[in-house]
Amino acid sequence: MEQMLLNRVGKAKSAEIDAALKLGAYAALEPAFRMRPADVVHEVKQSGLRGRGGAGFPTGLKWEFCATVPGSEKYLLCNADEGEPGTFKDRFILEHDPHLLIEGMIISAYAIGATQGYIYIRAEYPAQRDILEKAVAQAYMRGYLGSNILGKGVNFDLAVHTGAGAYICGEETALIESLEGKRGQPRMRPPFPAIEGAWRKPTVVNNVETLAAVPFVITLTAEGFQKIGEESSPGPKLFAVSGAVNKPGGYELPMGTTLRELIFDHCGGISGGRRLKAVIPGGASTPMLTADHLDVKLDFKSLVAAGSMLGSGAVIVMDDSTCMVSAAAVLIRFFKHESCGKCTPCREGTGWLYQVYRRMLNGQGRDGDADLLLRICDSIQGKCFCPLGEGAIQPVLSSIRYFRADYEKCAGGGCGEKVCRPMVH
Amino acid sequence: MISEAVIERIRKTADRYPERRAALIPALTILQDELGHLSLDTVRSVAEELNVPAPEAFGAASFYSLFRWKPSGRHVIHVCHNLSCSLLGAETLLDHLGKKLGVPEGQATADGRFSFERIECIGRCDGAPSMLVGKDSYDNLTPGKIDEILQQYT
Ligand SMILES: Cc1cc2nc3c(=O)[nH]c(=O)nc-3n(C[C@H](O)[C@H](O)[C@H](O)COP(=O)(O)O)c2cc1C
Ligand code: FES
Repeated sequence: MEQMLLNRVGKAKSAEIDAALKLGAYAALEPAFRMRPADVVHEVKQSGLRGRGGAGFPTGLKWEFCATVPGSEKYLLCNADEGEPGTFKDRFILEHDPHLLIEGMIISAYAIGATQGYIYIRAEYPAQRDILEKAVAQAYMRGYLGSNILGKGVNFDLAVHTGAGAYICGEETALIESLEGKRGQPRMRPPFPAIEGAWRKPTVVNNVETLAAVPFVITLTAEGFQKIGEESSPGPKLFAVSGAVNKPGGYELPMGTTLRELIFDHCGGISGGRRLKAVIPGGASTPMLTADHLDVKLDFKSLVAAGSMLGSGAVIVMDDSTCMVSAAAVLIRFFKHESCGKCTPCREGTGWLYQVYRRMLNGQGRDGDADLLLRICDSIQGKCFCPLGEGAIQPVLSSIRYFRADYEKCAGGGCGEKVCRPMVH
Repeated sequence: MISEAVIERIRKTADRYPERRAALIPALTILQDELGHLSLDTVRSVAEELNVPAPEAFGAASFYSLFRWKPSGRHVIHVCHNLSCSLLGAETLLDHLGKKLGVPEGQATADGRFSFERIECIGRCDGAPSMLVGKDSYDNLTPGKIDEILQQYT
């Protein structure tokens, strides 16, 4: 497939505005500004573009909610928090093609009627933040940001805002709280941000990759965009592949590429000549799959049908030397650390899960630990304030579902292989 | 004490938002970069500057895991210990750093040069195991490679 989102990645000085302009940056602005804002919203709706941040919400529909609220003070927020373990796809755009993101934001802001935008970037991306700040400054200097953009009467100001280490701030309402200078704890929804978001004004929150796809909806038109990928999930998709593969990295492929093609054709297969044991297809909070699922298509619909989710497109591959108890334990440690503390089932539940895992990995596993873990999951499932708790239990549920034997080995003094010790603190 | 230059930077940052309070986290980051770590006093002065009630400012500051509340090394090493890095040996690297630097996690070396900490996924899993030293990132690490890297930091 022709590279779109990663087209300029790897080309000389691609983050600099001069080089980016020569390679076609900002070309979608003129045609977008020739359309009425409502027509841009309509075009994005028609394109079938769905959010790339994890939930897959139809982008045009979200824009329409916001655009149709009366009032002139609206905000556009770009979610560059990229905190889901295994995810590093947005990093390529932030680092190598920030102007594609800025171009997408200008078009989005024009469509929804926002004159101020912020890019919320995680503190763990300090170099990318500097690149982004520079790109924003260059875009101002060339008149792509600020007032009267391209002499077309469009106004849009953009600033970069850096977090300070909190996974939950990737959740859109927590992101808004954090942007406002508060603890990053989620808000009650409704009202949804599109109606009442940052500073209580209508706000669109979109992922980096979603916004980066917007210029292509304009240049290719909705019809052209729909020709890429799957009917129910059109467009290009970035996959971030890590773990036990020969060529880990970021790959831009059509939606609907199979897991087998991704791992074996693009990533060169399993490293060290080993066999595939498990794959997390969409980031830490999506249920793991097994070698039996290699023919699943990587798109929103097919992964749900297979019992998982596309999530952020972060594919973590584990080979047959991996103990699934250790792997789940690492992720539970993460979720326990990142639970924001607002609701009890998530705050306490993730702590209980971690305690059981620690005991198991310390060689004190007992018969029935898997069932104990499932009972704790049951007291979390469907009972949390936001989706973090629901995500946290997925590695537990799916690893027990497919690899119960690994849990049974932990009972009665451990499996003797001591593979868990180097994995968990 | 906070210098005039830093206060000026904080004021400029606050101008970018409809409400000044939004500059709280960025301002604390500026101060941490300047002073090495935060304290109740620094939070209190930022709160005053941005017109945020001090307890609320402290409540917000204490929420974020990259703020430090005790002296750290001049160079803070953050080793990722999430799944992709753990699969490829993050714990071995942490053991190595502990021995090499002779301090527990989070404590500065006697010469004040380094401190090291664990961090959750830093979005470099394609180069696992990875770490950050200040703003610099390093991938595909081994104990030997870490030794070489740390020589560059004085
Ligand atoms: C715990 C949690 C963490 C999230 N982290 C991110 C993130 O790092 N980046 C992101 O774009 N979306 C993240 N999301 C999804 C956002 O809430 C939101 O759906 C998304 O930013 C919307 O953008 P999109 O429609 O373009 O996907 C997270 C959601 C949850 C529940
Ligand atoms: S798991 Fe270490 S960088 Fe992602």
